[in-house]
Amino acid sequence: MQFTPDDLTAIRLSLTLAALVTALLLLIGTPIAWWLATTRSRLRNVISAVVALPIVLPPSVLGFYLLIGMGPEGPVGKLTEALGIGTLPFTFGGLVVASVIYSLPFVVQPIQNAMEALGRRPLEVAATLRAGPWDRFLNVVLPQSRPGLLTAAVLGFAHTIGEFGVVLMIGGNIPGETRVVSVQIYDHVEALSYGNAHALSLAMLVFSFLVLLLMYTLHPRAVFSAGVHPR
Amino acid sequence: MKWRSACLLALLLAFPAARAAADQVSVAVASNFTAPLQAIVALYAERSDDSIRVSSASSGKLFAQIQHGAPFDVFLSADSEKPDALIASGEALAESRFTYALGRLALWSSQAPPGAQQRLESGDFRHLAIANPRLAPYGRAAKEALEHMGQLDAAEGKLVTGENIAQTWQFVATGNAELGFVALSQVIDGGEVPPDAWVVPREFHAPIRQDAVLLASAADKPAARALLEFLRSPEAAAIIRAFGYDVES
Repeated sequence: MQFTPDDLTAIRLSLTLAALVTALLLLIGTPIAWWLATTRSRLRNVISAVVALPIVLPPSVLGFYLLIGMGPEGPVGKLTEALGIGTLPFTFGGLVVASVIYSLPFVVQPIQNAMEALGRRPLEVAATLRAGPWDRFLNVVLPQSRPGLLTAAVLGFAHTIGEFGVVLMIGGNIPGETRVVSVQIYDHVEALSYGNAHALSLAMLVFSFLVLLLMYTLHPRAVFSAGVHPR
Repeated sequence: MKWRSACLLALLLAFPAARAAADQVSVAVASNFTAPLQAIVALYAERSDDSIRVSSASSGKLFAQIQHGAPFDVFLSADSEKPDALIASGEALAESRFTYALGRLALWSSQAPPGAQQRLESGDFRHLAIANPRLAPYGRAAKEALEHMGQLDAAEGKLVTGENIAQTWQFVATGNAELGFVALSQVIDGGEVPPDAWVVPREFHAPIRQDAVLLASAADKPAARALLEFLRSPEAAAIIRAFGYDVES
């Protein structure tokens, strides 16, 4: 079992991408989850459905729309060009944007479930102790939702590492920029280099298993209580 | 019981294949040749009762499927290496093998003028799409053509690769890449080369040989041999040419 220099570049790229995406998702996903857990707005179901879309949509559909939407003729592409950043497909930045969308439900749902499980009682108690909304959120909600946040981080990270279809559609397979591990494995398989494919695939398998094992060890009921089925 | 036999009869009537004497031939075809094959099969249907079932995917996937016992009779690859490998491992018959089409490469731009060739030479593009040279014969040919034109070094940092020639086409069609080396067969329109494409001269790259073989499991299947024979006929050659390929004379 041996990695080629290209394999190592791909591994480094996947880890960087997943770390960055996880950090962004926790920042974006936590307020969305809080809103979904507490709102009585009629829009709640609509937003829930939009957030959950990547779970049901084939990655090819998502990748196809992203390719068109972020391309020079698409709305996002026109915006990014007007801002002077050029178009996003074939760039690392493009992968970050795509992965944030793709992994969003895997981060939002566990956090949302943890927050819903919290109930109104602790917040009311905190309010009687004169804790303001921010105080309550930072010092009651977040610490109490820790299992959910941890599950969200692990799932977001693992799901981004395992991302394939979307990257294949918009990445352009550029070494060190968009050629992540899953694409590298696919290349090896298609080129019939089964030895190289085995090495990387086995590494992925072991990594995924360890990540999940770690999560179940820390929080035995984390995934089931979060109600998300990782795939 | 009566009801059951009525159902059975209805089923038999609904599936003509179950009662017809004609044979079925399963063809595994490389994605890039699916459209011409369908045109050829349509013509073939006028003179034969055999039913032809076409499955298309990348040659690499079909190759792996054949190695693992996929029930195909004929394999139309996008290259010559995979038929070679199948012959070497005894999964295809050496005597059946021939080059059914020679791929032509086209440089294509979906943008306003200047044309594709001038754009490449002036360096006026951000991305040049090619098929993955490691996987796709058209990608390898694209790289050879760039080298031949002395543009490989200049293009190196701007290359984006599609996993196959269909994705490469998509990158150019959506405007994400201003330029791309695609298969002529993808951009040819009713036998005419469109103005935004430039047909790369044959001598710029090694020939893209697309080879056909009969698989060993179909050695005793005359219907499969008959189809391969038709693929070499002048009528089939005319269709193949109209779709933007060369045919060996």
